[in-house]
Amino acid sequence: MGFDPTGDYPLGARRPDLVRTPGGLQLRELALDSARIDAAELRATPETLRLQAEVARAAGRVQLADNLLRAAELAPLPDETILEIYTALRPRRSTAAELEAWADQLERWNAPATAAFVRGAVGVYAERGLLAV
Amino acid sequence: MPSEERSARFVSREQRELRRELLIEPLAELGLVAMDGPADPQPSLVVEKGRVIELDGRREDEWDALDHFVVRYGLDLDVAREAAALDDAEIARRLVDVDVPRAELVRLSRGLTPARLARVISMLDPVELMFALKKLRARRAPANQAHVTNLKENPALLAADAAEAAARGFAEVETTVGVSRYAPLNAIAILVGSQTGRPGVLTQCAVEERLNLRLAIQGLVTYAETLSVYGTEPVFVDGDDTPWSKAFLASAYASRGIKVRFTSGGGSEALMGESQGKSMLYLEARCLSLVRAAGSQGVQNGSISCVALVLAVPGGTREVLAENVLAAWLGLEVASGNDAIASHSAIRKTAKLMGQFLPGTDFVTSGYSSMPRYDNMFGGGNYDADDLDEWLTIQRDWQVDAGIEPVGEEDALAVRERAARAVQAVFDAFGFPPITENEVRLATTCLDSRDLPDRDRAADVLAGDRVLAERISGLDVARALEERGFPETAAAIFEMQRQRVAADYLQTSAIIAPDGTVVSAVNDENRYSGPGTGYRLEGERWQRLQQLPHSIDARVLGGAEGIQNAVEELHVASVGDRSDEVVIAVGPAFGGALAETINGLSHRDVLAELVAGVREGGAEPRLVKIRRSSDVAFIGHDGARLSGSRIAVGLQSKGTTLIHRADLEPLDCLELFGMAPSLTLQSYRQIGRNAAGYALGHPVAPVPTVLDNYARAKLIVRTTLLHARETAEIDRLAPPVELRLAGVPTAV
Repeated sequence: MGFDPTGDYPLGARRPDLVRTPGGLQLRELALDSARIDAAELRATPETLRLQAEVARAAGRVQLADNLLRAAELAPLPDETILEIYTALRPRRSTAAELEAWADQLERWNAPATAAFVRGAVGVYAERGLLAV
Repeated sequence: MPSEERSARFVSREQRELRRELLIEPLAELGLVAMDGPADPQPSLVVEKGRVIELDGRREDEWDALDHFVVRYGLDLDVAREAAALDDAEIARRLVDVDVPRAELVRLSRGLTPARLARVISMLDPVELMFALKKLRARRAPANQAHVTNLKENPALLAADAAEAAARGFAEVETTVGVSRYAPLNAIAILVGSQTGRPGVLTQCAVEERLNLRLAIQGLVTYAETLSVYGTEPVFVDGDDTPWSKAFLASAYASRGIKVRFTSGGGSEALMGESQGKSMLYLEARCLSLVRAAGSQGVQNGSISCVALVLAVPGGTREVLAENVLAAWLGLEVASGNDAIASHSAIRKTAKLMGQFLPGTDFVTSGYSSMPRYDNMFGGGNYDADDLDEWLTIQRDWQVDAGIEPVGEEDALAVRERAARAVQAVFDAFGFPPITENEVRLATTCLDSRDLPDRDRAADVLAGDRVLAERISGLDVARALEERGFPETAAAIFEMQRQRVAADYLQTSAIIAPDGTVVSAVNDENRYSGPGTGYRLEGERWQRLQQLPHSIDARVLGGAEGIQNAVEELHVASVGDRSDEVVIAVGPAFGGALAETINGLSHRDVLAELVAGVREGGAEPRLVKIRRSSDVAFIGHDGARLSGSRIAVGLQSKGTTLIHRADLEPLDCLELFGMAPSLTLQSYRQIGRNAAGYALGHPVAPVPTVLDNYARAKLIVRTTLLHARETAEIDRLAPPVELRLAGVPTAV
């Protein structure tokens, strides 16, 4: 059955069939006493975050949807990488080339929306003195 | 008059709590102006070939990073074209027009610049702002958030407080740390506590981002509202962020299953010295435009920690409310402040609170101190544990749901103990420093953390380090609780882990019901469109919020069951012929259906004192019961008409007394003692003496009375119930009867 972003929310209650753990388990397979489950299984996959982005977009929340799409792209990346990119975006931490390099890297990691977002900062940072000197 | 003369009244007012605060004239150049600042820009939006080239009076080359960000991600140019055709007053009018739906207003906001948003909102007066807020709130029903901290960072107390907060209906519980290495333990304590109190409560531990992401990944927290933004570029950059870094962080949190709420609020730019001479509301409009552009589902605003600064300037309270309305208008979830102390004055801070309390917001406070203020580590405690009964009573007074439910003492103790025991079991399971039985007991019953013993802090922080090093997760905590005999808490914590898989709580205004259903602005949107629509406190919920532990069943008041009658009725009373006679006329319930006065004096004692007083004054008392009226004037007047001296004492069963004379109008009298609660047995004796004095024609000094202006507030309910009992005994046609004190053989 297709996904209706206006009617299928909350996914957990209405469309559990569309939701999987990173290891492919269904919601109904998740039980406290199941030995197969470890903590890494108990998080949203990029696919689920994309469905949530669609829900937000259908409700008219364009920017929240874009944020959730970036989240979907970041979900597979390690914490340390994410914190490195965050730090790179803070004031006067990076040169334009360094930010561009992060954007290129994000594209290679199949994170085009986040890459474009980082790239979008470069011009403004240059203009506003927010690049490293 | 010598200049050193002072008005004692002015001096008295200077001692009031309010006067600890400074009120200042607006000082626009320092940003100390609430709204409509002289340097606020004129709204403008110039689009050329599909590109914005001017925003709020500034050309593109004058934009700062915030302008760039808002233009790039925050404006819908199609809607902007439409909005350009509307004048400000028309948009303001739509905000309070019940026939213009919320969704339409949120759509329209997408085409408005920050200066225009601020200008339109500033056209609304306080009541219009409240109405707009009621209409614009994202989620149908309001909710509330609790702070849970303590200065000793005692885990048993954190768990107990989180449990009670959850049981009281708080949808979110927030903690923080004094020492950041405590964060993992504090996060575990409030997770265990909150899920013991009520499954589904979202929790957060306000710490630095790196640590917060780790806690999130390990399933120990579910939301964050630490992402602060500011309305000018210098303050933003001083906060070591840019709009891009903050928005990226929001995505990072969401990628780890954290519900994100930004924080902003009036006064912060002025406090940081970089307001650029702009008004608080205009700068907040910039913040909020940016918050939405960054893709946050919501915001914590309404000045937050700078609220006392905003309230120092004229219109400050109105500005704070305007901020909340603006956030709701932009479609954001609003956690509406009321956490930091707004004023020393209880009157003033509660007047401010009503702006959010009555319309209802997604979270009426962004941190109600569920423990005493002493233990609040957020610099909060605007309302705290001591204020709970007031909060509940005000909800009951207004029939308004501001997100807190009553919990009786027994239930509170039970849930607190259960939570303290659960976290004790978790600490034991992981080999953390033990939580003693004494700590469990005191966490359950204490006032604040001063009552608890000190823990080995060095050992505790090492345990905190272990949580991170060993990646102890929410799942591990649930399994430990399951093994140790806490199946309900274990199941609730596991359900919170399961929620992370579907991530439904990342949507706007999401909270989680005890049965695990996610309730947000997507599936439970506020569609208020006039009387009878939207969320109303009624039905079962209203029943629940009106039954407070300190309210009582009116039927139990004023009873005299089981008490022996104080008087015996003899025969129908006739007019006396002794000129030294004073009739003591009592009401129909006297000494029968009622047995004591409102301040607990027994009718027998009161009568005995009156009789003794009349005799001391040289007159002869006669007791009569008036059965046709419960009104003290008629009781007294009827008595006077029966009295040989034409003087009588009239006495209602609740104790109200007068001295009457037959030739006066019934509603007139010689002396009235309306303040029954302040009458003592000595007063009644003196009343008897005075009545005798009137009967014998002696000069009489009126009995002194005490004035207690609180008597009415304190006793009006009791007065009403006692009077109702007396009125129920009336027999309109029954003649007065003569009485004697029960057990006294002769008349009187």
